[in-house]
Amino acid sequence: MNVTTTILEIRNLKARIAEDGTEILKGVDLTVRAGEVHAIMGPNGSGKSTLAHVLSGREGYEVTDGSVLYKGKDLLSMPPEMRAREGVFLSFQYPVEIPGVANTYFLRMALNAVRKHRGLPEVDAMDFLALVEEKAALVEMEDALLSRNVNEGFSGGEKKRNEIFQMAVLDPTLAILDETDSGLDIDALRVIASGVNSLRSADRAMLLITHYQRLLNYIVPDVIHVLSDGRIVRTGDKSLALLLEEKGYGWLEEDASVGAGKVS
Amino acid sequence: MSSNEVLSELTNQEYRHGFVTDVESEVFRPGLDEEIVAAISAKKKEPQWLLDWRLKAYRHWLGMTEPKWAKVTYPPIDYQAIRYFAAPKSTKDGPQSLADVDPELLRTYEKLGVPLEERAILAGVAVDAVFDSVSVATTFRESLAKVGVIFCSFSEAVHQHPDLVKKYLGSVVPYTDNFFATLNSAVFSDGSFCFVPKGVRCPMELSTYFRINQPDTGQFERTLIVAEEGASVSYLEGCTAPKRDTNQLHAAVVELVALDDAKIKYSTVQNWYPGDKEGKGGIYNFVTKRGKCAGKRSKIAWTQVETGSSITWKYPSCVLLGDDSVGEFYSVALANNYQQADTGTKMIHIGKNTRSTIVSKGISAGHGQNTYRGGVSIAKSAIGARNYSQCDSLLLGDKCGAHTFPYLDVKTSTAQIEHEASTSKIGEDQLFYCRQRGLTTEDAVSLIVNGFAKRVIRELPMEFAVEATKLLGVSLEGSVG
Repeated sequence: MNVTTTILEIRNLKARIAEDGTEILKGVDLTVRAGEVHAIMGPNGSGKSTLAHVLSGREGYEVTDGSVLYKGKDLLSMPPEMRAREGVFLSFQYPVEIPGVANTYFLRMALNAVRKHRGLPEVDAMDFLALVEEKAALVEMEDALLSRNVNEGFSGGEKKRNEIFQMAVLDPTLAILDETDSGLDIDALRVIASGVNSLRSADRAMLLITHYQRLLNYIVPDVIHVLSDGRIVRTGDKSLALLLEEKGYGWLEEDASVGAGKVS
Repeated sequence: MSSNEVLSELTNQEYRHGFVTDVESEVFRPGLDEEIVAAISAKKKEPQWLLDWRLKAYRHWLGMTEPKWAKVTYPPIDYQAIRYFAAPKSTKDGPQSLADVDPELLRTYEKLGVPLEERAILAGVAVDAVFDSVSVATTFRESLAKVGVIFCSFSEAVHQHPDLVKKYLGSVVPYTDNFFATLNSAVFSDGSFCFVPKGVRCPMELSTYFRINQPDTGQFERTLIVAEEGASVSYLEGCTAPKRDTNQLHAAVVELVALDDAKIKYSTVQNWYPGDKEGKGGIYNFVTKRGKCAGKRSKIAWTQVETGSSITWKYPSCVLLGDDSVGEFYSVALANNYQQADTGTKMIHIGKNTRSTIVSKGISAGHGQNTYRGGVSIAKSAIGARNYSQCDSLLLGDKCGAHTFPYLDVKTSTAQIEHEASTSKIGEDQLFYCRQRGLTTEDAVSLIVNGFAKRVIRELPMEFAVEATKLLGVSLEGSVG
């Protein structure tokens, strides 16, 4: 795979909440190529998490228009588990607890589901153990967390570490990191960012979804997009994040509504 | 007698008894009266005292009414329409190979990972000795005999160890106990008998498969396990029933007796036919199971995984008579489609410093109704008694129900009692989390449910735990999404 391979191509994506019909995404366009890290920034309610959910196939949303191609395939027609097996990984903003299910057991099931899809045999116990040790080290994950139940009783930071650890083991093609920095202290943020950075590769694309630019000090994106009211209203490089840090999102929103021909 | 001889005796007895041509004559006419009770007893060549006991039970039963307090509904049972005795059909009448067996049933066995040779036995292919009402060719019998453990069918015990049977039969569940237990006492067909003498640790897990193999035949097993001073035994009971359209009554009685320092562990995986997706058919499972910790420091532990039957009415209980005795109850009950489960336990503390633990996990799916009904009673004499109860319910979907009825009756101020309860729904977010990692919805449900039930599953002997884990997954197929 060379650097110009397109991993994700979103065209005029519109989506609403299924339950009440509220339109959240109002025409998102985005192209992400292999090797690239894109940040999606934006104020609360701009549709950042909705974008992550729609891309990963979470129920509760209706896509009303547009298309999403992932490695040239129609992503939206795949059930969530198929997207995962095809290499789409979502690092959850709020990782879910699964009582009574050991972390490594869960991960092994996930890994085998992915491997089976790719025509590989199930991973044997020794190889898996070696893989787990190697990847756990990336995010300084303690052994105790590996044998505990999935996210049960984990601190906020431990949960986020666990997400990146899972990502490292599952080796996705497209990683979507939803508010990975929320709830982290600065030390944990450093560790997790270094884990994420070590997973950057020419074959992999990443979408960092974040409200604050703090994360981007540690994981420096190639491209920054600002999402506002369901549309990408600005695209730029790292300097855009600094501008946002300084001026907030307000000026962009005014700009956007003028640009979209609306009166705010 | 070697186990092979037992096998061949059981499987060939149609010849020995001359029922060569008319196998059907081994099914009694439907209905219940003293003549039928006497005929059952005669068929088994029982001694007079046992016939008398059956008749006392029958006469007592006539004055009883079916209990209606359980949270289950079913059409009235016509006790006069049931046949109360059925000898095994000739093996020639059964399926002759796996090719003759209902493929749906085989599919289930395959998913459960039942080994091929066992599938044949379970499906009733002509190789086995475990039939309807006549039971139990037990393997390993000789090596058990070496250490003095008696493990045989109940009927056999009546003939070979009459004193033991006479001493303990009805000593935990008297023939007057309750409607179904009393019915069982009158007409019980067969079951298992196990006696572990003083100081003996039973060298292996004892297990028996029961199954129902004939339409409209009530099943009335009777099991009695006695562990003498310092003895210990682990007993596994596993059930599976072929698909069938008519409801079948199953009213078993299990009695356990533990003397000083004895330990009995009784594990059940119950997978009787639960009825189809519309709730048609399935087994009515009205079971009385009770253990008596008669001796000091004795311990009885019940572990059950109940996934089958259309109706389950079952409360494995412990009477904690001996000082410092311990009762435990670990249960997973699953009600899917139109299954109804009303199950739980009773812990009756009488001796000093008696302790009991109750862990109940109820899983409801489809239109299933799952009720936990548990009683803890602590007598005045039970100074320092302790109970811990944990009772959790998991709901899949919004048409099922979970109900909890804990009863407490404490007569001493020195007792300590803890009760925890929770009800949760398998969340969309849990399912999505699993699916986002590549698991199918069904695998995700199975994973979450097994996690929920883990506290109980881990109490099961290893091979049973594996079976139970698979069973939970298979039993919930199609319940979500």
